[in-house]
Amino acid sequence: MTARYANQRSDITPAGAPARALPLIDKDNEAYWSGGAVGELRIYRCQDCRYYVHPPVRFCPKCESRKVEPEAVSGRGRVTSFTINHQPWVPGLPERFVLALVSIAEQDDVRLVSNIVNCSPESVTMSMPVRVLFEKHEDIWVPFFEPASAA
Amino acid sequence: MNVAFPEKNTAITGIGQSEVSRGATKTALELTVDACMEAIADAGLTRADIDGIATWPGEREIETGFSPVGCAAIQDALRLKLGWYAGGGEAPGQYGAVFNAIGAIATGLSRHVLVFRTMYEATARKTAFANSLLKAGQRQSGGFAWYAPYYNYAAALQQALFFNKYVHESGIRPEQVAQIAINQRRNASLNPAAVYRTPITLDDYMASRIIATPLRLYDCDVPIDGATAVILSRMDAARGLRNPPIRIEAIGSSMQYRNSWTQLDALDTQAQPMVAQMMWSRTDLKPKDVDIAELYDGFSYHTINWLENFGFCERYGAGDFIDGGRRIALEGELPVNTGGGALSSGRLHAYGAVHEGCTQLWGRGGARQVKGDPRVVATSTAGGPLAGCMLLVKE
Repeated sequence: MTARYANQRSDITPAGAPARALPLIDKDNEAYWSGGAVGELRIYRCQDCRYYVHPPVRFCPKCESRKVEPEAVSGRGRVTSFTINHQPWVPGLPERFVLALVSIAEQDDVRLVSNIVNCSPESVTMSMPVRVLFEKHEDIWVPFFEPASAA
Repeated sequence: MNVAFPEKNTAITGIGQSEVSRGATKTALELTVDACMEAIADAGLTRADIDGIATWPGEREIETGFSPVGCAAIQDALRLKLGWYAGGGEAPGQYGAVFNAIGAIATGLSRHVLVFRTMYEATARKTAFANSLLKAGQRQSGGFAWYAPYYNYAAALQQALFFNKYVHESGIRPEQVAQIAINQRRNASLNPAAVYRTPITLDDYMASRIIATPLRLYDCDVPIDGATAVILSRMDAARGLRNPPIRIEAIGSSMQYRNSWTQLDALDTQAQPMVAQMMWSRTDLKPKDVDIAELYDGFSYHTINWLENFGFCERYGAGDFIDGGRRIALEGELPVNTGGGALSSGRLHAYGAVHEGCTQLWGRGGARQVKGDPRVVATSTAGGPLAGCMLLVKE
């Protein structure tokens, strides 16, 4: 696959690693799991008061507006919490990997589950700045995060 | 009748537990029958007296052994005649079933409710990678779909996200965390029904393998086959039965935070603080009045969180509180998880804690009996966005 956007990758999941489980796509989560096709991390946002609403629903809990639509965010964020996995749950699993909750730079209370990639698991820290990358699995563009300079 | 706090009009009158093992010869339903019949007999009742059933989370995920028996199967096996029954997972943790039963009793739908929880995870894991969070070849829906692509194979991984945040914020040290597992194994060594009874040392804990930082093997509960049952009775019907009634003095059942494993407001304390606060608002008792704490220990960090959230110590003070293990030992100022808990006696999923609390209040603890006629037990369940707690008082 040739990347059309700079943040699209095909080398995040090593050869021989277990297939990644995938979400069932529905109208609520479609924008989130497809935005990577154009290099965008998309989060629902209130078009009236500008509050980000995640998980997606067309209702703003701040102002009760129904005008809530997916928007591209910067793709930058910070590690809110993480764990380094050591247990070989299934054959072929990378010896160490990081499961994390990432808060998007635009709004701290939007937390995304992801893996922190392209770094040593031991180098990941709380509040570390990260940025999004995408890898395609079947019809889904899975968002991952890698260390970013604190710009 | 106490209308403002209907839980005070209910009491535990009997308890039962099946054999608990790392692989049962009996079926899950047979284990459930054992626990239920023992509880009914313990209360001094017969099947004809039982007019309600409550369970959490009801029959589901039979292949993983997580909850293979629900209301229908046990109602039919025992041929019970009921005024009311309910099983379901959307509740304040495992004690949601108890809270539902309190409501049924308060509204006159039942007098004696059979509350039970069955797990068959030991057997399930012998035949398959029994994990409820990832299903091979099946696309995930619902709240856990957000974790799907990220190799989130087990609760240990997913909940380590909470515990690592707690470690970061509190500065608790591994040798302090270790005291939970060490204390419970010591208690289990005095409990003939526990699945792991050989004491462990700090060296054993520190040498145990890491599952997902900061969780080590000994921080994780032990999958078992087993069932627990308790009889919850209306107070006027509880008096004069075989055992002194154990009153439900107060409950915490609230959901004040976002009910989400990923968006939960307070990652490091989980949903427990407001739940404990609700419980204390419904009683004149204070943390200092509690004789024994039977705290949820799906992972040792849950117990650590509950020590703080119940107010037994300061926020981020649990590390110092459990340091050295003396305060939480059987002879300490606050004995914790006196039967060995889920870490050592087996993952009965909070109902083991209720069973043990009643065992202690009725003075049946044998070699592990807490001295001084304990009268008040605090007990709690669940982590993440789920939390429920109760104060049990022997009349």
